[in-house]
Amino acid sequence: MDDEPIVRWYWIGDHLGYLGNLLADHAVIALLPVLIGLLLAVPLGLTCTRFPRLYQPLSAVFNIVYALPSLAVFVVLIPYTGLATQATVMIPLTFYALAVLLPTTVDGLRAVPDPVRQAATAMGYGPWHRLTSVELPAAVPYLIAGLRVAAVSSISLASVGALVGRGGLGYLFVDGFQRTFPTPIVAGIALIAVLALAVDLLLVGARRLLAPWAVREKGAGS
Amino acid sequence: MSTIHRSRRAVVLGTLAALALGATACGSSGGGDPLGGSSSAAGSPAASGAGSGSTVVVGSANFPENVLLGSIYSQALKAKGVKVEEKFNIGSREVLYGQLQNGSLTVLPEYNGSLLAYLDAKSTAVTTEDVNAALTKTLPAALGILDSSPAEDKDSLSVTQETADKYGLKSITDLAAKAGEFAIGGPPEFKSRREQQLKDVYGLTFKEWKPTGDTTANALKDGAIQVGNVFTTDPKIVQLKLVPLTDPKNIFGAQNVTPLINKAGVNPTATAALNAVSAKLDTAGLTALMKRVAVDKEDPSTVAKDWLKANGLS
Amino acid sequence: MNWLSWLSDFFSAPDHRSGPDSIVHRVSEHLLFSGEALLYAAVLAVPLGLLIGYTGRGVTVVTAFAGATRALPTLGLVTLAVLLAGVGDTAVLIPLVALAAPPLLVATVEGVRGTDPDVRDAARGIGLTHPQVLWQVCLPSAAPTLLAGLRTATVQVIATATVAAYVGLGGLGRYVIDGLATRKYAVTVGGALLVVLLAVGAQLFFALLARYALPPGMRAQRRAR
Repeated sequence: MDDEPIVRWYWIGDHLGYLGNLLADHAVIALLPVLIGLLLAVPLGLTCTRFPRLYQPLSAVFNIVYALPSLAVFVVLIPYTGLATQATVMIPLTFYALAVLLPTTVDGLRAVPDPVRQAATAMGYGPWHRLTSVELPAAVPYLIAGLRVAAVSSISLASVGALVGRGGLGYLFVDGFQRTFPTPIVAGIALIAVLALAVDLLLVGARRLLAPWAVREKGAGS
Repeated sequence: MSTIHRSRRAVVLGTLAALALGATACGSSGGGDPLGGSSSAAGSPAASGAGSGSTVVVGSANFPENVLLGSIYSQALKAKGVKVEEKFNIGSREVLYGQLQNGSLTVLPEYNGSLLAYLDAKSTAVTTEDVNAALTKTLPAALGILDSSPAEDKDSLSVTQETADKYGLKSITDLAAKAGEFAIGGPPEFKSRREQQLKDVYGLTFKEWKPTGDTTANALKDGAIQVGNVFTTDPKIVQLKLVPLTDPKNIFGAQNVTPLINKAGVNPTATAALNAVSAKLDTAGLTALMKRVAVDKEDPSTVAKDWLKANGLS
Repeated sequence: MNWLSWLSDFFSAPDHRSGPDSIVHRVSEHLLFSGEALLYAAVLAVPLGLLIGYTGRGVTVVTAFAGATRALPTLGLVTLAVLLAGVGDTAVLIPLVALAAPPLLVATVEGVRGTDPDVRDAARGIGLTHPQVLWQVCLPSAAPTLLAGLRTATVQVIATATVAAYVGLGGLGRYVIDGLATRKYAVTVGGALLVVLLAVGAQLFFALLARYALPPGMRAQRRAR
């Protein structure tokens, strides 16, 4: 280790294709769960705003889910989903994403001031129409703030999957560690940061497009 | 007003749809990933296994030499036209063995002695022949071993050069006086496998067992442990000047690199290809390959390819 | 039923009752890593956050930076730290501090900036110096936000400290990793359960702290979450 440089640049040059494949694998493993989480969070959030009693217990459950160490969940899933499969890693990531997205969705749906809601009703909007043209658009900035947190965490967490044989760029950490070879580890950290940054910028762009009125407003991220 | 809302809704839905499409596109491009598990196989590990016999799934344990051996097996099979899927670096023997039994994996690079110790802790077989005979008897009918190679990667109890000099340690027997003060380290599974045996055969009771995993050699060097379970082909023995203690009472028996197979998934062509590899592989050769992987940081697949070519197996 | 018998196996195993692999020892190791990491993170983040929040300079930079650090993969940082710094507590502390400091920083900044400007002006008006305003006005009013940030950071650190075991260090991750290596899922599940209990315990602790330790005037402003 003494004379091993932190980065052997030629290694990166020689492995561009390999790194690209890992990056693509990582993007799928990390981001598909966020998308699924979003698709689940919206109906679940709506249910929670309609039946507020549900929200307390549900959010308590997801608080616990969020505290589960990812590695342990991967390990427990192996007998059901197989070793080194995408499902083993993606199922827990979906729940982590949901744990972040559910509260932001509920906050977003509740963000519509009552007078606005009443005005919409007075204008003859039915519940469905009001939902799609008033409440959901108003929730978009919150949803996107939640998505930013969920996506970035998911990208970072997915790498732990490498310990059960399927973690995209995380494989670089295991490989580099086993061979006392920092180069792949540094490359992995950098690529994960770049992927996270790119996704984050995309989401910020999406917010400007979808909710231009909210650009100066603070989201529900904290 | 309602038209404005409509168009806004269209944008929301359109963007969601675009995101979904983008993710799907990523999904298909990720199919040819380097870890070998294709997404189509993901849902049904059992279905891709032994039953069909069309694709051989080569697995490997989570240390670089086993990945290298897996890569050698996989490329030797491919060279003979066998369809191969690779699942490398995915766990310890305990995990992999179960996956081989249920057909998710077809071939594993194994070490005959460790495998026997895992299956039958009481076995006393020491030589390659005895170990393999015992293995053939012990393995369930669905599993089998092919020819053993002369290459051996043995467990060892190793100490640093300084420790060896200071206490005059040459063999495991010499540890008797000091074991009570020494912390011993190894992979997490090392303790459950060997603690009793070290006590019974050598009368050693160590102060503490530390699961040092992949860091065992470094932990020795840093002084976190005084005795470590390091493998004999580990280039760190040379790099960090470690001394593997001799094992006069043979608790670490033969450790020949041997393919362990799920019989249903391996046809005669594949058997011949794997036996040809075993015939050519020896300890010095394996350590040289390991130096390229662990010290020169070459890819296991490249090193495997070169070796197969040099030995006329590609 | 299966799960229950697994768990009773885990809790009754002699190795888990006393000695270096005992539950008490692993839990205390885990809490020690986590506590140390949180302490260092607080020492780094809180003064900086107070300063930035009070002056209002660099808020955008800090928020962007904190968001970016969320992407840093703990597994990558741990493995890199072990290769560069050797096996030891430093190797775990670096990634855990990197995990805990950003949310604390953001919470402090937000808390200080959330102080009512009129109150700040009034404090200046009655002759308090800037440090006095910061210390006696802004810090107490930032306390609820700060506590919320500390709570988030604590839960994350407790859950993530598990990864330390991969590089041969202790804590509850030992059970998770060793259970995987030896295919004893009871050990893995038991370890995970203990981590969750610790995390939930930490949440309760902070909820109680926010309820009873904050100045009475601040409690009402506590965030709903």
